[in-house]
Formats: sequence, C-alpha cells, structure tokens
Amino acid sequence: MSALTSKLKVMFRRPARGGVPVGLFVLVLVTLVVVAILAPLIAPYDPNTQNLLGRLKPPGSEARGVYYLLGSDELGRDLLSRAIYGARVSLAVAVLSVLLSGAVGITLGMLASYLGGWVEVVVMRLVDIFLSIPAILLAIIMVAVLGPGFVNVVLVLALTRWPRYARVAYGQTLAVSSQPFVRLAKAMGAGPFHVLFLHILPNIIAPLAVVATLEFGLMILFEAGLSFLGMGVQPPTASWGAMLSVGRNYVSSAWWIATFPGLCLFLLVLSVNLLGDRLSEYLNPKSR
Amino acid sequence: MPVFLLQRFGQALVAIFGVMTLVFFIQRLTGDPTYLLVPETATQADIEAMRRSLGLDQPLLVQYANYLWDMLRMDFGRSYVQNIAVVEIIASRLPYTVQLASGALLVAFVIGLPLGLAMAIWRKHPLTNALMGFVLGAQSMPTFWSGILMIMIFGVWLGWLPPSGSGSFAHLIMPSIALGLLSMATYARIARSAVIDELSKDYVRSARARGVGTGRLVTRHLIRNSLIPVISISALEISQLLAGAVIVETVFAWPGLGQLTVQSVQSRDFVVVQGIVLLGAFVTISVNLLADILYSVVDPRIRKGSRA
Repeated sequence: MSALTSKLKVMFRRPARGGVPVGLFVLVLVTLVVVAILAPLIAPYDPNTQNLLGRLKPPGSEARGVYYLLGSDELGRDLLSRAIYGARVSLAVAVLSVLLSGAVGITLGMLASYLGGWVEVVVMRLVDIFLSIPAILLAIIMVAVLGPGFVNVVLVLALTRWPRYARVAYGQTLAVSSQPFVRLAKAMGAGPFHVLFLHILPNIIAPLAVVATLEFGLMILFEAGLSFLGMGVQPPTASWGAMLSVGRNYVSSAWWIATFPGLCLFLLVLSVNLLGDRLSEYLNPKSR
Repeated sequence: MPVFLLQRFGQALVAIFGVMTLVFFIQRLTGDPTYLLVPETATQADIEAMRRSLGLDQPLLVQYANYLWDMLRMDFGRSYVQNIAVVEIIASRLPYTVQLASGALLVAFVIGLPLGLAMAIWRKHPLTNALMGFVLGAQSMPTFWSGILMIMIFGVWLGWLPPSGSGSFAHLIMPSIALGLLSMATYARIARSAVIDELSKDYVRSARARGVGTGRLVTRHLIRNSLIPVISISALEISQLLAGAVIVETVFAWPGLGQLTVQSVQSRDFVVVQGIVLLGAFVTISVNLLADILYSVVDPRIRKGSRA
C-alpha cells in the first residue's frame, strides 16, 4: 500500500501538461466531498422548507427573513441549501454504484479468466450482451420495472455497469495468470480465492482503478440524467438532476435554477475525469 | 472474406438472441410482468383476463418460447395504453431521432476530426493546450446542462434560434450541438492519439526526408492510416448518440424515440419501452458488425490475418 501512496505523491507533484495543476481538481473534489458530508452544518437553511412568498427569487434577494444567496426555486426553497444537499445524493449514488458494480464485475471477470470452461463462456457472453444495450436504455428499462428511488437507482446502475469491470479484469487476469509467482502459489497449494485476491488482484488493480475513476464520473452523470428524467431520486429529495429539470421549465423566467446545479455537476465531473486521465497517463506512459 | 464475415455475423446473431433473453428476464425482475403491461386503471378481473390472454399463466419456458417466436416474427406487441402496435408507434418517431443523430454525428465529425488532427500536428503550440481544455470541458459537460444553457442564451436572450420543438432546420441546430458535443470530444481525442501514433512511424520520417510537405503528408498518408480507430469508435458513438438522445430530446421537446421512451415510462407503457430497448440493442450490434466489415475494407491486413 505504501508503494501506491508514494506513486500517487509523485503523480500529483508533477504539474499537468496543460499547465493546470492537478491539485486544483483534487481540491474541487475534496471540497465537494466535505460539503456533502457536512451538509447539515454548512447549508444555511433546510433544503425542503417551502416559502411560498419567496418563490423564484433571484440570487442575492431576501424574502420573509430568508436570504437567497443563489436564489430560490418554484416553491421558495433555498437553492444554495439544495445544491449542498444535492452533492450528497450525487456522491452517495456514485460511490455506492461504483463499489457494487466494481466488486461484482471484478470478481466475475477474474473468476471467468481463472476458472475458464463454462464459467468463462457464460460470464463473457453475458458481458457482451449487457454491453450491446446502450447503457442509459438498459438503466431506464430496469427503472421501468423496479420503480425509481435512491436504492433502486444504485442497484440499476450497478447491474448496468458491472460488465465494464469484468471485461478489464478478465483481460488483465489472463495476462498475469501465466506468470511464475502465480504458478508458484498454485503449486504450493493455494486455492483459487487465495490466488485471485491475494496474488492476482494486487497486480491488476491499477488499470481497474482507471476504469473505476472514469466510471465514477459517468455514474454521477447517469444519476443526474435519471433524476432529470424523473426516474431517479424522487422529490422532495434535492438532486442536481432534478433541480435542472425544474430549471428547464423556468428557463425564460428564472435562469439561476438550472445554472448553479449544472455548474456543480460540470465541475465535479470535470475534476473526476481529469483525475482519471492523469491516472491512466501515469499508468500507461506511452499514451502521453 | 467469407469465413471471417460469417463468423462475425454468427456472433451478432448470438448477441441479439442474448439481448432478447436478457430483456425477457428484466421483465420478470419483480415477479409478474402482467402489472407492467396493463393500464393503471385495470381492475383485478382485467388483470386476470390479461394474464391469460398474454399467456403469462403458462410455465416460464413456454412463455419464453412464445416471446422469442413473437420477436422472430417482428411482433413487438401492442401498446395497451395507446391501443396501437408498438412497431407503428416506433416507426412514427424514428425519423426524428435519425435526423437528430445525423446532425450530432455531423457536428462531431466536422469539429472533432480536424481538431484532433490539429492537436496532434501542432502538439507543442501553446494554443493546443487551450484546445485540449475545450475538449476536456466538452467531455464533462452534461448534455442536459449544455442544452439548457444554449436555450437560455440563443433561444431566450438573443432570440436567434427556436428554444424547443421541431419543424424546421433551425430547430435541429441546438439539439444536434448538445448531443454531438460529447462525441466531438471523443473524436478529437481518438484522432489526436491515432495521428500521434502514426507520426512516429518510419514511413512518415522517410516521406519527410523525401521532401513531402505537411499538407501532402496529412492528406496522402496520415488520414487514411489513422482511420481504423476512428471507425471503431464510430460504432460505439452511434449507440451512444441513441442513448444520449433520450435526454437531449427531453430538454428540447424533440419528438423522437428518446422523448417517446420517457413518456412511455411515465405512462407505464412497458411494451413500448421494451421495443425501444430492443431496437437500440439491434442498432448497436448491427453498427458494430458494419464497423468490422469496414475495417477489412480500409485495412487489407485484417482480411488476410483472419484467413490464417
């Protein structure tokens, strides 16, 4: 583990090619994570308290003793507070779905490659089938069956995305399996799970980390997209996607509703993507 | 060519069969699919009658066989909400999505490929960093936000373009840009790394040594040789565009398949959703097959390699 942390240190010390220090994006990411965790302490107001006399107030205005720094929405709720709580939903869905799909995908991919035979055929054919349905459509049809809501969104995203990890884990395991240390471990009587998780996984974790980072950005967009379509986290829970959907309806009278949650979403995804890029450049120096 | 292509064709058929099976099982995630198919107002007696008429009271294997048989006959069922055959509903919306996807693909090609080429050739130029920043930004831009921003700026404030709806060429501009932006970024990056790869090869050095100028080098050698990754990513991009259309069409009230998907989920019209998902998978699989055929046209080495 210490080898990994020292690698990470080297990676972040070097200034990025574009002149933009990676630290800036780490900062954005860390800030949003802290904001999400401490939401109840940071948010100036309750995100769901309606104030019908303060509907659609522009940023920097006041109504009935409530100061709207980023304006208010169609029910007079404070947009700043909702944006802060929205970070919670975005990050929670993304973290949980990446962990779940990663765990399932990596385990299945490694098993398929290591065991071979019918396990390999079944798992890899399943991967092909899942990947031949456009991801958003696959997620939508599952939401149509299961219904919307926080837990279902996480489940649906995990079910939709595990093949990405499985494919990478499969290929990487195949490459590592023939190496002497794996054969030695097997010869000394190590069982498949011991070999896979203690000998193979640590050696293939780097490319999987790149996939996970890129998937993390994608999961944030998927959650926002599903919530935007009304199939994600349900109201009144604050979600950036749902806020954008309201903002779409008030685009000519209240520009601020869509602008701020969109900006948060953009910055978060941009930071995650740039970190993913740096990670993959660092791990495959050839692509530089 | 026959052996290689027959193999690929067989794989595509297996994939389509697999997708149908997957959708069949997704229908049954919550147990009884009857509830997905009946209108919300149906009584218990209606549901029972529907279950029998759809054959959903039979054993699972019989249901599965019936389902596959229906699909093979291109019978995707009837929407009980609209009382129209699913094929007809989809056919009426399809042209709009094809228009939108073509527009987006055009945006992606026309901006993305030259951008990638420029970023590769003038790698050291300070402007290249700015272009790279633009590409990275476009890649992280949620389509629904860029769409709303465009509506706000060009539709509402400047009044240059109609904010939403369909009916004229002007209506198509903003949705195409919103949908094409992500693919544009992908094309720019793929083209950039493909050209950089080619630039380091021997034939480029010897062409330069022979005194071939940059313009001729690019048009005569680089573009053709960098095409393979561009073609292979195109297959992926087309299916991405179909999926992206779901959100873009909702933002711009564009009456294509994407909007139909969302409306069908809202009105609990599951048969239509299922039809669209199967169509999306079918298009993805076909486009991938087509890309494989195209490779062997562009690069004869692939054709020869498959014979060995």
